[in-house]
Amino acid sequence: MTNLRSVRVLQATAGMLVLAAFWQVLSMTLPPFLFPPVPEIISRTVEILITGSLLIDVLLTAARIFAGLLGAFILGAIVALLIARSRNLENFITPVLNFFQGIPALSWVVFAIIWFHGTEFRVLFIMVMTTLPAFTFQILDAFRSMSKDLFEMTMSFRPSRWTLFKFLIVPTIVPGILTAWKVNLGNAARVVVVAELVGATGGVGYQLLRQQQLFDMAGAMAWTLQLVLFVLVVQQTINVIENWALRYRAVSERAM
Amino acid sequence: MAEPVIRFENVSKVFRRPDGRGDFTAVDKLSFDIDKGEIVAVLGKTGCGKSTMFNIVAGLIEPSAGQARVIGHDPFKEFDFFRGKIGIVFQGDRLMPWRTALDNVLLGLQILNADPKTSEETARAWLKRLGLSGHENDYPHALSGGMRQRVSIARAFAVNPDILLCDEPFSALDEMTARDLRAEFVRLVRQNNKTAIFITHQLNEAMDIGDRVMVFHRPARIAFEGRLTAETSADARQTMRDDIMRILAIDPTPISATG
Repeated sequence: MTNLRSVRVLQATAGMLVLAAFWQVLSMTLPPFLFPPVPEIISRTVEILITGSLLIDVLLTAARIFAGLLGAFILGAIVALLIARSRNLENFITPVLNFFQGIPALSWVVFAIIWFHGTEFRVLFIMVMTTLPAFTFQILDAFRSMSKDLFEMTMSFRPSRWTLFKFLIVPTIVPGILTAWKVNLGNAARVVVVAELVGATGGVGYQLLRQQQLFDMAGAMAWTLQLVLFVLVVQQTINVIENWALRYRAVSERAM
Repeated sequence: MAEPVIRFENVSKVFRRPDGRGDFTAVDKLSFDIDKGEIVAVLGKTGCGKSTMFNIVAGLIEPSAGQARVIGHDPFKEFDFFRGKIGIVFQGDRLMPWRTALDNVLLGLQILNADPKTSEETARAWLKRLGLSGHENDYPHALSGGMRQRVSIARAFAVNPDILLCDEPFSALDEMTARDLRAEFVRLVRQNNKTAIFITHQLNEAMDIGDRVMVFHRPARIAFEGRLTAETSADARQTMRDDIMRILAIDPTPISATG
């Protein structure tokens, strides 16, 4: 098992090293303002991480992502549970959510700028609106995948609504919720940059806009890497939580 | 004379067909009484309404007509009254995969809000009684089919119910394991003075387990009813077996026999 894991880590590292080497070769043959050398990008990335005034922009973006996802998750969970209880409500709400899902993130940015004043509320609105449908549908799917057999078995003990929720519904939907967070995290990271590019005065998106105005490719790459690193760290954290929460699954099942 | 623990009076259950084209009757004016401490085996072909009757007793569905009473109460309408009074062993083990064997046995006790310390002692004792000591912390995927079904039996017994309902609980197990568990189950029911309904589609199993065997027609109504005791002679058993075989083979008009 350890050997297999080591091989996987080596393969993943090798892939990234090849990409970095390819970039480095390009940087040696093309102008540095197009392809700055890899060491410079790394140096700029580290500089952001260790400079408080710059790191604050990364943390601001991270906070916006979390706030948006949390808002969409809570709202999505409520809507999903309401839909699950009423077919009529499902018929009513599903087309609206499908319609929202079809609206591009950039359109929500424009709407937010036209409708609202405060930057933070604009970003929160954009984040919630772009991730709400996915959260709702994923939680609904998780709820609907609940085993009828387990439901009947639990009901045979005649639980209260709360104990049914605690002992059956929550453990049933946890895997779906974790997947929803992983999927939406990537989407949220992309959307937040767009939102910050257009309507914010701080954050990674705002800094990217500045790098574009300064024509500073190394800076643009360094800020982009901040976001990538953030997503990777959070996804890894969710993976750890997932492995703990789903530790009951057979090894073969988890390997699928 | 004491009131029966389970009483069905002209109970019918009609379902709407999934395609919306009319209704079908799963249970048709079914009447029977089951006394305290009795083990009644219910036998019938697939789709004869055994499980529908089972679900009515369990209070999971409501009859369309007639009256079902369990311990003198309506099992569907009086939901809270039956908390902890009915234990069910299902066809599959229906263990929660995210709970260990011990936690699965604890489920009913937790739902009943029993004292955690006593509950754990009870759950461990039942696991031990069913030969699962040392497997308390195993998740269901790590247990064999027979072991999982033992956990589900422990889960049903742990809440100390008055009535046990079993829906073909051993049908998915190999014959040896099923025979052992069957014997264990009957022993536990008798030792703890429980009333049990045991649904099966195997004649041998019904005659091994039941103090009484009821055979259902389709839709569910009694086609045959016979009693078995330790004194029932081999000849009487054979006669009963032949009668039931004939009913199951040709579905004739209702007959009654006593062994």
